[in-house]
Amino acid sequence: MTSGEIKEVVLDILEGIAPDEDLSGIVDDVPLREQLELDSMDFLDIVMELRKRYRVQIPEDDYVELATMQSTVDYLAPLMKDLQKV
Amino acid sequence: MAAADARLETVMYDTIIIGAGMSGLAAGIRLAHFDRRVCILERHTAIGGLNSYYRLDGRNYDVGLHAVTNFTPKGTRTGPLARLLRQLRIRWDDFALVPQLGSKIAFPGVALKFNNHFEYFRSEVERHFPREKDGFQRLTETVVDYDDLSEETAAISARAIVEHVIKDRLLVDMLFCPLMFYGGSRENDMDFGQFSIMFRSIFMEGFARPWAGVRVILKHLVRRFKALGGDLRLRAGVQRIETDGDRATQVVLDDGTTLEADRVLSSAGLVETMRLCGSQVPPSPPKTGKLSFVESINVLDCEPREVGCDQAIVFFNDESQFHYRKPDDLVDLRSGVICSPNNFAYSEPLAEGLVRTTALANYDRWRALDDDAYRQAKQECHARMVEIATRHVGDFRDRVVATDTFTPTTIERYTGHAGGAVYGTSRKRFDGVTHLKNLFLCGTDQGFVGIVGAMFSGIAMANRHLLSGTSDSTQPAELAVQDVL
Repeated sequence: MTSGEIKEVVLDILEGIAPDEDLSGIVDDVPLREQLELDSMDFLDIVMELRKRYRVQIPEDDYVELATMQSTVDYLAPLMKDLQKV
Repeated sequence: MAAADARLETVMYDTIIIGAGMSGLAAGIRLAHFDRRVCILERHTAIGGLNSYYRLDGRNYDVGLHAVTNFTPKGTRTGPLARLLRQLRIRWDDFALVPQLGSKIAFPGVALKFNNHFEYFRSEVERHFPREKDGFQRLTETVVDYDDLSEETAAISARAIVEHVIKDRLLVDMLFCPLMFYGGSRENDMDFGQFSIMFRSIFMEGFARPWAGVRVILKHLVRRFKALGGDLRLRAGVQRIETDGDRATQVVLDDGTTLEADRVLSSAGLVETMRLCGSQVPPSPPKTGKLSFVESINVLDCEPREVGCDQAIVFFNDESQFHYRKPDDLVDLRSGVICSPNNFAYSEPLAEGLVRTTALANYDRWRALDDDAYRQAKQECHARMVEIATRHVGDFRDRVVATDTFTPTTIERYTGHAGGAVYGTSRKRFDGVTHLKNLFLCGTDQGFVGIVGAMFSGIAMANRHLLSGTSDSTQPAELAVQDVL
């Protein structure tokens, strides 16, 4: 998967979690917590959705990498480069 | 064919959930969404538990639900409703919530009105209790600052804290009255944690209701649960939970069917769940909750506002002091709640008018009556409640086309909650753990109340105990996230 595809995956996950949100204006380098007021339960859901959909395991110590869209994509890129988008 | 047909089903579930109420269904959705094999067992043919509905003589009635508390408008991203919608992947519109038109707390000589805009309530408090303006401000700041997860004041007496900042006993009682009627499991007081959560849910967030009642929410949850592959079994009462002293090993149904699961989540209540575990209970068994209610329902052939009943909810108290405790008599009619589901901002009116009056009742007294005495007591109680309601909301007596009344024994029969204690035992298990490693609690006795609270309870317990890798893990992963993000 390319970085662009990974971003689409993350957006799709966010769309599922917050179906009422318009995600077209998400800014890549601003914390998602600030932009969408996501809480700890939501971040855990992003982790769990990635595990469910792509078997990507994110250790607790790495949760901090999910702060912004950019940091999330950068973090996931090496983990997901050999996976096909579903 | 009952006992002779007893069989062990070979399907092994990840989690069995006892009770298809708001908390069990919400937990089930979480688990099924993340591909867990999950089964919800419901004793009755109808789902909903404490917040259910029934049909009588061609009419639909809600039980439990007067209003959904914690209402926040579409687009709100914070607060329990927004959080639970995200957790369940539900759109705001799916619950079809319509805000109230207004409510009030009516005590002798003074009435405080409120709606879903907190500043209005604040202005009412300041108008009627000008000397308490600063105290009320301090109280609201404390309540807003209260953090549900990590507050040391959680288990402190709310009365002690409120009376410290508000000196007028009348105002203190008026603030407590709606909170107690909508979630008080203890007599005359509650934990400050619960006070804060309920104060926010009632005064700072607000009331709403789907036009078609609680079934809208329940049906949405069930559809979602089934679509995700969850099993829902109706008429599947749990007779007992087999244990090996350390873990729940099997769940045995009334018809003898035996089911196995890695973990069990029970919304039956703490006392009730311990009873299911039979003799394997901890040394000091929990006590049944004391507080139960009678409700009298009147169906009108007109909109209630035509006879003067224009509030969604009226919390009333006719004595100089407010007493929230188990009455000595069958019922305590000195205070209560009058609800009219018509008084919400619907785009079209309900088919008929409804006035529901709720008051504290004594389960033991109702239980002790024989059939004839029970029927008579119910009739008399209904008549007295109608009379009291007319004093508060207008005389609707000649517009009544149907009535129904339920008592603590009705509640016990249909919800399985011992003693008809709708708010459960007074000692909550906020962590949801029991004496068995793989048996957890959700719902009323886990500690959250109201419809949103109940669903949140199921979600929180599923996240904490049932979505982690092993059944013995008690470390909630969400706390790890909280630390870093």
